[in-house]
Amino acid sequence: MRLKKPALLLCVALMPTAGLGDEIWVSNEKSDTVSVIDVDTLEVVREYPVGERPRGITFSRDYSHLYICASDSDSVQVMDVATGEILHDLPSGADPEQFALHPNDRLLYIANEDDAVTTVVDTETHRVITQINVGVEPEGMAVSPDGKVAITTSETTNMAHWIDTETNTIFANTLVDARPRHAEFTDDGSKLWVSSEIGGTVTVFNTADQSEITKIAFEITGVHPDKVQPVGVELNHDNSLAYVALGPANHVAVVDTATYKVLEYVLVGRRVWHMAFSPDDSKLFTTNGVSGDVSVIDLSNHKAIKSIKVGRFPWGAVARPTE
Amino acid sequence: MRHSIAVWLGALLISAATGASAAAAGLREVQALYLQIAQPERPVLSNLDPIPDDLGQAGAHLAIADNNTTGGFMGYRFVLDVVRVAEGDLQAARAALADSTAQYVLLDMNAAQMSELVGDDAARLYFNVRSYDDALRGADCRASLMHTLPSYAMRADALMQFALKKRWTDIVMVEGNAPEDALFAAALRRSATKFGLKIAAEKTWIFDGDLRRQAGAEVPLFTQDFGDYDVMLVADEHNDFARYLSYNTWLARPVLGGDGLRATGWDRVNEQWGAAQLQSRFTDLAARDMLDVDYAAWAALRAVDEALIRTKFAERDAIRSYLLSDLELAGFKGRPLSFRAWNGQLRQPIGLTHASALVAMAPLEGFLHSVNELDSLGADAPESQCKAFGG
Repeated sequence: MRLKKPALLLCVALMPTAGLGDEIWVSNEKSDTVSVIDVDTLEVVREYPVGERPRGITFSRDYSHLYICASDSDSVQVMDVATGEILHDLPSGADPEQFALHPNDRLLYIANEDDAVTTVVDTETHRVITQINVGVEPEGMAVSPDGKVAITTSETTNMAHWIDTETNTIFANTLVDARPRHAEFTDDGSKLWVSSEIGGTVTVFNTADQSEITKIAFEITGVHPDKVQPVGVELNHDNSLAYVALGPANHVAVVDTATYKVLEYVLVGRRVWHMAFSPDDSKLFTTNGVSGDVSVIDLSNHKAIKSIKVGRFPWGAVARPTE
Repeated sequence: MRHSIAVWLGALLISAATGASAAAAGLREVQALYLQIAQPERPVLSNLDPIPDDLGQAGAHLAIADNNTTGGFMGYRFVLDVVRVAEGDLQAARAALADSTAQYVLLDMNAAQMSELVGDDAARLYFNVRSYDDALRGADCRASLMHTLPSYAMRADALMQFALKKRWTDIVMVEGNAPEDALFAAALRRSATKFGLKIAAEKTWIFDGDLRRQAGAEVPLFTQDFGDYDVMLVADEHNDFARYLSYNTWLARPVLGGDGLRATGWDRVNEQWGAAQLQSRFTDLAARDMLDVDYAAWAALRAVDEALIRTKFAERDAIRSYLLSDLELAGFKGRPLSFRAWNGQLRQPIGLTHASALVAMAPLEGFLHSVNELDSLGADAPESQCKAFGG
């Protein structure tokens, strides 16, 4: 243990710029930093200071920029991935929590939790294009793969709002179970998965007509149903499996996307929020808010193989592949 | 008296105006009434914590704003009338009720007034947002009266779970002079028995001087008689003298209840489970901290909204049965909230807090229950004295 720290410092000293291997970047809500994990060594190799209470994070298409929702700084920060420097802040509206980058690589759709609006920001001109009134406490954000539809989920209104990105107006509102937190499109854009934290369910929608296909419930032996609180949802590379982070149940559910049956539950750290796949699709990294670490799940056998200590309250996670 | 009538008339006028505009817009309208009978304010030693004039009402207003955001997308709106009548004027409250067409009524008054006012009325649904009284959830319960404020028993059980978890089993208690203190003390005694603990010694608070000057001299002597103990319970619902106990006891022992560790349905220090958002919405609206009565009012109207949406705007009876059997309300306390089918009490975690942090959220880990751990707090189905819910 004593040997490890100098070794880590050495790494940081030798690699001031972006590393060589694939990486997972993690936002630490209560230490105002972003930790970078090397996918091969499963060690934290860098940690960058960012704005206050970083939550949602995402890369630009070429991975040269990292966008960071600095919730308590009321801004979205843009980081130069090569150097870790914050280049500038984007106007974001108050309390940005999550966002989604439009496939055009230019527009960010941002959920402003305190203001009940979704803000659309142009990352090139640094201007707010519009703000769209949504329900109370907007949180989950997604943009369809074809870029035509943006989704905002609002936690207290219990809805997914369907936004036409051409006009930036809401064209449909669909009710889900209590406290929807995350929305995820399938790669072909035909379905939308929405998690409901307090309802304890995940609703799958047919995007063509916004109808509900199914609602998935979860049950873990020895865990009280009230503690099963789905948050993050990620679909694997061929969309055959969905992984659902179950919050204070400390498990990730693995769901067959053809039958919508839960195949198994993988035990991870405490209060699991969000997840990211390694670029080679062999591992899944989960952020565990309360235990302050990241669990690594081996996807060949669905076993947690390591937990990696990061900053306080890790929240968002996103993968950065090597070219 | 004159003042309260003016407020009442004002409320009716406002409601008439908003009602007309909503109807013009073709929106479905849900009417709610906040009915308050003023309570005598008990004089306390300290001037630090005045009771807010809009206690409870501000919570109701926030719920209306939250509900109407959803309503904006779904084509309905809630309209809230607030009627405040003078101390003891049950007649005026009855008249206000008769004048109102609201199906959902929040009651801010004492337990006896609530029982009296609700009676056997099966046309409306009432919510108790002001009284912790255990009898009102027990032998005096009413089929149309739901309770979003926790009971004395729920608060007492939360403290007792904490004492047991900490293995503070040698317990003493100080009881104040207010009738509410006697009720909470009784709940603490029952709770001690329920969790297999014993209150070894009790004293009643006797001083009537100004403790702000004398606490340092009087409290050590008063607490010296207890001998050794692990923890001191205080039943002082108005926080009259309890605030002078901490740091002044003869032995260095923690104080539970009163101004020591508080057991509440809501407290300004709640910030986990998304609570920070609710707190900031409330502070923006009311320019003060959200208190447990505000939270109870907020939860009542949020529950009605949730039931209306999920039942596609069913009538009152169907709303009542939805609330009692299917509701899962997101209440920023880490678990879904629901109503107990045997007495209409909102199941909810109870926060154990001090001035600047949440210490624990009861039910504490390890206190198991065959159906719902939240039912380890307060009167459970088998022990309930309430018959009006078909129990």
